[in-house]
Amino acid sequence: MNPALQGLITIIVGVGGCIGYFYLSNQFLDKVLFPARGRHIGRNINRANMIRPWLFLFPAIFALGLYLGYPVIETLRLSLTDRSLDGAFVGLDNYAQMASEPKFWEAMRNNMLWLIVVPAVATAFGLLAAQLTDRIAWGNVAKSFIFMPMAISFVGAAVIFKLIYDTRPANQDQIGVLNAVWLMFEGGPGSFLFLRLLPAAIVLCFALLMAYVVYLALKPLIRRETGQARASWWAVPLRLTAGLVAVWLIWLSLGSVHSVMTAEFAYGAPQTWLTLPFWNSLFLMVVLVWIQTGFAMVILSAALRGIPEETIEAAILDGANPFQIFFKIKVPQIMGTIVVVWTTITLVVLKVFDIVFAMTNGQWETQVLANYMYDKLFRANDWGVGSASAIVIMVLVLPILVWNVYNARKEMN
Amino acid sequence: MSSIAGTKSGLTWAVQISVVALVALWLFPTVGLFVSSFRTADQISSSGWWASMLPSERNETLRTANPDTQVREDGLWVIRGNLFEADREATISTWGTSSRDIAAYKPGDTADMGEDGRLTVQADGDYLLVNETEFSGRRGERVFVTATSPPEFTLDNYRDMLFDPSNREGMTRAFFNTLTVVIPATIIPIVIAAFAAYALAWMRFPGRALLIAAVVALLVVPLQLALIPLLKLHLAVGIGKGYLGVWLAHTGFGLPLAIYLLRNYMVGLPRDIIENARVDGATDFQIFVKIILPLSFPALASFAIFQFLWTWNDLLVAMVFLIDATGETTVMTKQIVELLGTRGGNWEILATAAFVSIAVPLAVFFALQRYLVRGLLAGSVK
Repeated sequence: MNPALQGLITIIVGVGGCIGYFYLSNQFLDKVLFPARGRHIGRNINRANMIRPWLFLFPAIFALGLYLGYPVIETLRLSLTDRSLDGAFVGLDNYAQMASEPKFWEAMRNNMLWLIVVPAVATAFGLLAAQLTDRIAWGNVAKSFIFMPMAISFVGAAVIFKLIYDTRPANQDQIGVLNAVWLMFEGGPGSFLFLRLLPAAIVLCFALLMAYVVYLALKPLIRRETGQARASWWAVPLRLTAGLVAVWLIWLSLGSVHSVMTAEFAYGAPQTWLTLPFWNSLFLMVVLVWIQTGFAMVILSAALRGIPEETIEAAILDGANPFQIFFKIKVPQIMGTIVVVWTTITLVVLKVFDIVFAMTNGQWETQVLANYMYDKLFRANDWGVGSASAIVIMVLVLPILVWNVYNARKEMN
Repeated sequence: MSSIAGTKSGLTWAVQISVVALVALWLFPTVGLFVSSFRTADQISSSGWWASMLPSERNETLRTANPDTQVREDGLWVIRGNLFEADREATISTWGTSSRDIAAYKPGDTADMGEDGRLTVQADGDYLLVNETEFSGRRGERVFVTATSPPEFTLDNYRDMLFDPSNREGMTRAFFNTLTVVIPATIIPIVIAAFAAYALAWMRFPGRALLIAAVVALLVVPLQLALIPLLKLHLAVGIGKGYLGVWLAHTGFGLPLAIYLLRNYMVGLPRDIIENARVDGATDFQIFVKIILPLSFPALASFAIFQFLWTWNDLLVAMVFLIDATGETTVMTKQIVELLGTRGGNWEILATAAFVSIAVPLAVFFALQRYLVRGLLAGSVK
């Protein structure tokens, strides 16, 4: 059958079937099962109204259960069995095998790097873009251009950026922008400014931000102020963990500042960017940052507009300068939204697959968990280890899942 | 807010310039691909796309016409013609007859090649080759030129990738396959989710809060977990790999966001309307179809755009649930990944293929951006 015809039939059957189901089941409930007449009219209406929500919900619950609920359980089960032994239960063998593979640890390491860099950079750029575009007349046009990459597929973006990272032999004209720019550096003061001082300054800013996070996280633990409401039991370990992670990130950033200042650069030679270990992961991250910044900008810009004018006017009357207004008045008020944006991008990062698959396919030490899992499931045909790595992704998502559910419930009450 | 702050004009200028820089940086990659898709393979591989707006200078090796075209004039053997192909316009700045010295002569100069004759080349490529003895051999004389060509763009790439039925790498089939996947996968979840969202927003029943929490939880479950169990399920019940499977999968994966967005929107609808309708004796089904659904149009549109973009741009779900060994049902994203593998250096093919797949989402994006933004805000800002 022609697929287009099949598609049309599916739409008609799908939509018609759904509407038919809802209409007929409601009719059945009201006219046949519990008719609103006769001796038990009151009881019947009540009963019908008790059942009706489930009629409305049934298709959705069924589809959600089958397509998202059941797979979680089934993947967990598969990760504990071995396909080659007819699905025999093997305990944690798959996890042990996975942990013994260097590729898995490479994927974990890269994923952690992605988790740190992409949400941070995308949120920072988004905040910057939101703040800047809100202040100018053609801000909406600018916004829509920065937001545009959201509509482009990861695969399309991969092609776009592969052209940027393209390499030609040294004696030909470079057609990739990055190499064309790279060849303009020759080791003089300009190179020092752009390739050493600027990156070092950016990383130092990040380190300072993290120091601020440490301060925020640990302040209530050290100096408990009186009259404060008692914190929940989990606040202390959570704050300690956040503090430790931030300290570790500071350590990492100081290390990278040192290496940026001392590294030897291969000036004048075109580089094959996607084959340089470590750096290639950063080049892949650029793609996702490019896509996600627009999302961060749109959400943060709405939040910035929601800030009450009075707080800003008061700050101006008190003589605050624009930077103080931004960092001391605006940012604290939209902290909740920043966290939402950060976690949403984190979720995207955890599932990132297409970019790595299309650009390097995990070669040259760019492997990430989602691509590792795809490799195991569909190339090695090893469902056990593949499922185990899917469970690892699920476990990494779990804290955000719990946090989202907690917030949603808090808000509904 | 800048007006209240009485911002100094210096700072305003700094803001303007920063925004221009930011927008340029964000547009630059896409524009590069777009421009490249209108250039020929030669042009792409000889210069960066940013140079394509300006006349480009290239070194080329061309040949005079072969000796059978010679004519006898005034006792001399003469070959005349133009070095360039018929409809090409270019200007020669220097030329030479030896690969060791390609810039030996200026346009209008005459090169004496001894017994091979005398060659005169003009700036527009016209040449005159004269000799006392008859030219022999089968091929013409080699001429090394440095020529400047005006910017040149072509639609040939799109013709090859879209309208050439003999091109096995063309995007036409993949384009229609993608369309076939996307339309049902966008419409069906909306219908299912709308009913569920209404129940979760406006009906009271035990377990409602729990269900909402479950939807929020499923919102973030990585679909990677679903691949193997669902593929097994599809193979077991006979759906196999094909359109039906991918429609069902996209429906399942899209439902949490659909329910969440629609419920959040429906909860905000005015209570009075719904209660008045109840008092007037409308059933829940009637309220839903006649009041809620029309009022929820913005939320429905938001979700439809999300789901459209997501299914159109999807690679993983299509690879797992749709594309079988024959590759008949390949979608555009998969086709591009394959071209990246087999035609890694042929940027005219890659750029065109990528732009064909990007064009539709971009059009949808610019036309319906309002709804997309509204949906994003409803989905994440709490």
